[in-house]
Amino acid sequence: MKPQAFDYARPDSAAEAVALLADAGEDARILAGGQSLMAVLNLRLAQPSVLIDISRVPDLNYVRADAGVLAIGAAATQGSVEWRTGLAAEVPLLAQAFPHISHFQIRNRGTVCGSIAHADPSAELPLCLLALGGQVVLHSRRGRRTVAADDFFQGMLMTARAPDELVEEVRYPLAEPGVRYAFEEFAGRHGDFAICAVAAVVRPDGIRLAVGGVSDRPRVKAWPRLQGADLDAAINDFAWELGAKDDHHASAKFRRQLVRHLGRTAIDRAMS
Amino acid sequence: MKTYQKNDVVRIELVLNGQRRSGTCEPRTLLSDFLRQELGATGTHVGCEHGVCGACTVMIDGVASRTCLSLAVQAEGRDIETVEGLNRDHEGLSDLQEAFRRNHALQCGFCTAGILMSCADYLKRKADPSEQEVREMLSGHLCRCTGYTNIVKAVLETAAARLGRPVGATAEADKPGHAGVGAAGQARLVNA
Repeated sequence: MKPQAFDYARPDSAAEAVALLADAGEDARILAGGQSLMAVLNLRLAQPSVLIDISRVPDLNYVRADAGVLAIGAAATQGSVEWRTGLAAEVPLLAQAFPHISHFQIRNRGTVCGSIAHADPSAELPLCLLALGGQVVLHSRRGRRTVAADDFFQGMLMTARAPDELVEEVRYPLAEPGVRYAFEEFAGRHGDFAICAVAAVVRPDGIRLAVGGVSDRPRVKAWPRLQGADLDAAINDFAWELGAKDDHHASAKFRRQLVRHLGRTAIDRAMS
Repeated sequence: MKTYQKNDVVRIELVLNGQRRSGTCEPRTLLSDFLRQELGATGTHVGCEHGVCGACTVMIDGVASRTCLSLAVQAEGRDIETVEGLNRDHEGLSDLQEAFRRNHALQCGFCTAGILMSCADYLKRKADPSEQEVREMLSGHLCRCTGYTNIVKAVLETAAARLGRPVGATAEADKPGHAGVGAAGQARLVNA
C-alpha cells in the first residue's frame, strides 16, 4: 500500500510543466490533486518513473466566468468551483452534480481537470462536460489545441490527450436563458462511483441526455422535444445502444433500467 | 522549480499545529507516514491507504484532506493541522470534541481524529448545516462502531451552540430518501 519510488518535479509554470512532460516521455504522470492518481500509485496499479506536480503552479490555478464559459485551470480544485458563489446560476448542472462526486474531503483537493484527464466512465465531471458540449484545452511544447468534449473521451480511461500534452483548462458553457438542466445519479452508497448517472439539458427546441457509468465512456444523445411514450421509447433505445455489461456492481439489465428511470426523471425535472 | 530523484533523502519543513517542524523523507513517502513516523504525530490514523476510509484526514492550509493521498514533499511549507492541535484555543477539549464526548460519538475512536478534522473545516464554512448536509460531509468517513447517529448529533449540537441556538433545532427539515438519488428517482426505482 505504498507507491513505488519515483522522481518528483514541481514546476513553477505551465511552460515548465509541459517541457518536463515532453522530456520525461510516456512514463511520466501529471500529479494535480492526486485523489485518483495517489490511490492508483498506493495500490501499485501504476508505476510511473516521474511525477510532475502541478498543484502549486500559480498560472494554472484559476476559475473564471468569461466569454460564455466557466474556464477552470488545471490546478483548480473541485472544492474551489463547488464553493464558488453563484455557481448555481453560472453552471447549474455542475452545482447539482458536485454533491455526488466522491466526498467533501476528496473534492477539497481533487481537481476538475484531473477528473477530465482521468476519464473514468462513471465520473460526474466528464459527464457534465459532454452534456453541456464543453471543451478541453491541451497544452504541449508543440502548442495548444482545443478539443470538443465529444471528441475528447474515447473509451475506458482513454482520451484524445497525447502523452506530451497537459489538460490545461476545461470550459463548461454557462447557463443560457430558457435552457433547463437536471442531474440524477444512482450509486451503492452516497459518494461511491455511479452505477448510473444522467445529465439532461432541455432547450425549447430539443433535449440532450448524457449517461455515465453504463458505457466505456460518457455518452450523449439529442432529440427534438419528445414527450410521453415517444420520449420513453427514445430513452429505451438509447439505453440499449449503450452496451451495458454485467459486473459485480450491477447487472446490464439493472443499468438499462436505471437509464430509463433516471433519464426520464431528469428530463421531467428539467421540463417542469 | 524543485526536483528530487527517487532515492534522495529530502528534508521537509512545514508548520504542524502552529509549530515549525522538519523531518526527512523520500519523494514517495506519504504525508500520513511522515506525520506519524517522522514527526511523531500519531493522532492521525492510517486506515485504508487509498482514500476511502477518511481516518487520516487532516487540514492542509485549512482544508480537510486525506494525508494518504498526499505526498510529504507536497506538504513542504504548508500549514498542517491535526487532531493534536484541535484544542489549541481551548482549555481541555475543544467544543467539538466535548460534543463528541457528551454524545458518545465514538467508541473505539480509530476513525475519530479524521472525522473531527473534517467537521472542524466544514463548520468553518457552513455554520448552520442541515442534518442531510452533515451526513453528506460524514459520508467521506467510515465508522464501524457508532452507526453515525451520535456523530451527526454531536456535529449539529456544536453548530447550534456556536450560533447560540437551543440544542436540537436544526436549519431545515430533512428530506427522506437515499442521498444519492432524488426523491422522484427513488419513487421510480421503487415502482419499477
